[in-house]
Amino acid sequence: MNIVPTRTFTQKYHVKTVVWLTLFILLVIGTAKMTGVDFIMFFANFGQFTALLQQMAKPDWQYTSLVVQPILETIQMALIGTTVGTLVAIPFSVLAARNIVKNKFLRGIIRFILNLVRTLPDLMLAALFVAIVGIGPVAGVFTLAIFSFGMISKLFYEAIETIDEGPLEALQAAGANKIQMVVFAVIPQVFNYFVSYFLYTFEINVRASTVLGYLGAGGIGVYLQRSLDQFAYGQTAIIILGILMVVLIIDGVSNTLRERLL
Amino acid sequence: MTEKPIIEFQHVSKTYQNGTIGLKDINLSIPQGQFLVVVGLSGAGKSTLMRTINRMHDISTGNIFVDGESIVHLEGKELRRLRRSIGMIFQNFNLVKRSSVQRNVLSGRVGYYSTWKSTLGLFSKEDKQKAIEALQRVGLGEKLYSRADELSGGQQQRVAIARAFMQDPKIVLADEPIASLDPLTTESVMDDLKRLNEEFHITVIVNLHSVSLARRFGDRIIGLRGGELVYDEPISKVTEKDLEAIYQPVSIVKKSEVQA
Ligand SMILES: Nc1ncnc2c1ncn2[C@@H]1O[C@H](COP(=O)(O)OP(=O)(O)OP(=O)(O)O)[C@@H](O)[C@H]1O
Ligand SMILES: [Mg+2]
Repeated sequence: MNIVPTRTFTQKYHVKTVVWLTLFILLVIGTAKMTGVDFIMFFANFGQFTALLQQMAKPDWQYTSLVVQPILETIQMALIGTTVGTLVAIPFSVLAARNIVKNKFLRGIIRFILNLVRTLPDLMLAALFVAIVGIGPVAGVFTLAIFSFGMISKLFYEAIETIDEGPLEALQAAGANKIQMVVFAVIPQVFNYFVSYFLYTFEINVRASTVLGYLGAGGIGVYLQRSLDQFAYGQTAIIILGILMVVLIIDGVSNTLRERLL
Repeated sequence: MTEKPIIEFQHVSKTYQNGTIGLKDINLSIPQGQFLVVVGLSGAGKSTLMRTINRMHDISTGNIFVDGESIVHLEGKELRRLRRSIGMIFQNFNLVKRSSVQRNVLSGRVGYYSTWKSTLGLFSKEDKQKAIEALQRVGLGEKLYSRADELSGGQQQRVAIARAFMQDPKIVLADEPIASLDPLTTESVMDDLKRLNEEFHITVIVNLHSVSLARRFGDRIIGLRGGELVYDEPISKVTEKDLEAIYQPVSIVKKSEVQA
């Protein structure tokens, strides 16, 4: 009656795990070959890298006062972009969540749009917006808003799909409509995730906007590019230190907030 | 004792999409103000029966009347209005654990509010006062501002009762409300339900697995087996033997039926 069953061959020797692992390793090796990732060259030219590091080890402190303004601009760009993207992402993520929208067709359309948005490379978006609204931070904000929208809506709907559905049922049974169900039974359960995903995306955007600056989309990136072009690695060091500080601060804030909220 | 029926089942059957039979030709009339206990084995269709009344489940054939009105074709606003008038208590309480007790209790009232007013949390003074009274009624007034997950299971179930009370319900459906509680808290939860019934003349329907509780609290006991109504007696006529018969496994009954 109560005998432990013997495992099948597949279960016993973890055949599935082994097969998947082998496939994965082969895939990595294969792609490295095809894309021409050359580890030998990487280590052979390592000297150049250390030379650059040495120059950067002498930060040009006088440059500090000059980068404060563009760093603030970068933060503003990232903040506005992330906020706008998040606000648009909220209704979309609700509509994409399996446990809220039972209509497969509607959900499919929404998810398709979201996938499409996430496929657009942010550099292409930046180039596009620079062409439309001209060089400057506005192009950066648009780019970051769309990028954040794509990323946050996915993180959000996945969070929504993990909630306890009991309260949803209770609200429905009490005569609540769909919006009331979301406001009373869903939002309280996912709010913490929302805050932490927002901060996470904000942090990514601060870093991303430095790259966007290369394309003329405003912020500290413009200065980063200039310093590198002029081989002024002392200035580059200051900029990197500045960005590092901002990222550390955001990380600190988001950790404290998360601890408070959980 | 018997007034006009508040709930009436006429030849109600329900077959789930996968072919499972939930209910089979149920005829049942429940008078206003009754405390009705539903018993039966696991899978007998007790939850299904209950959920057809507030249309959390749709039926396949037959008709159900609540307060004289057929409910099987209600939609949208009408359906929400029906649900608003029927409180529901769940085995797992179904509170929003991260919200305050106050907000949980008030959420029972959202059916009376427009979308935007409830979204902004603009509950009237009277309703906030009503929430306090509902909580005091179940002995949890001091927990108003606690988070729901700080409460014990029994306390959470009583908050759920307060939430149902906020709906000004004519009917309360309780689906195994005490299945995850200890004997002592069971007592107080059942008392709370009984008081809703006696003081406010609310019709209460409770699914129970405990025969002794069924006899103590019910006015009437009905038994289900394999989706069929196999027993229906006022409490005065219920005997221990009857109840034993209801709890007999379906297979044994089926066999004896075949032999007969
Ligand atoms: N959503 C569903 N889809 C398919 N079959 C279902 C569904 N819900 C319930 N059933 C089946 O319908 C029958 C009646 O189930 P129901 O939940 O009403 O029983 P119950 O008497 O409440 O049992 P329990 O005491 O275990 O809660 C069971 O055979 C069950 O497996
Ligand atoms: Mg059940």
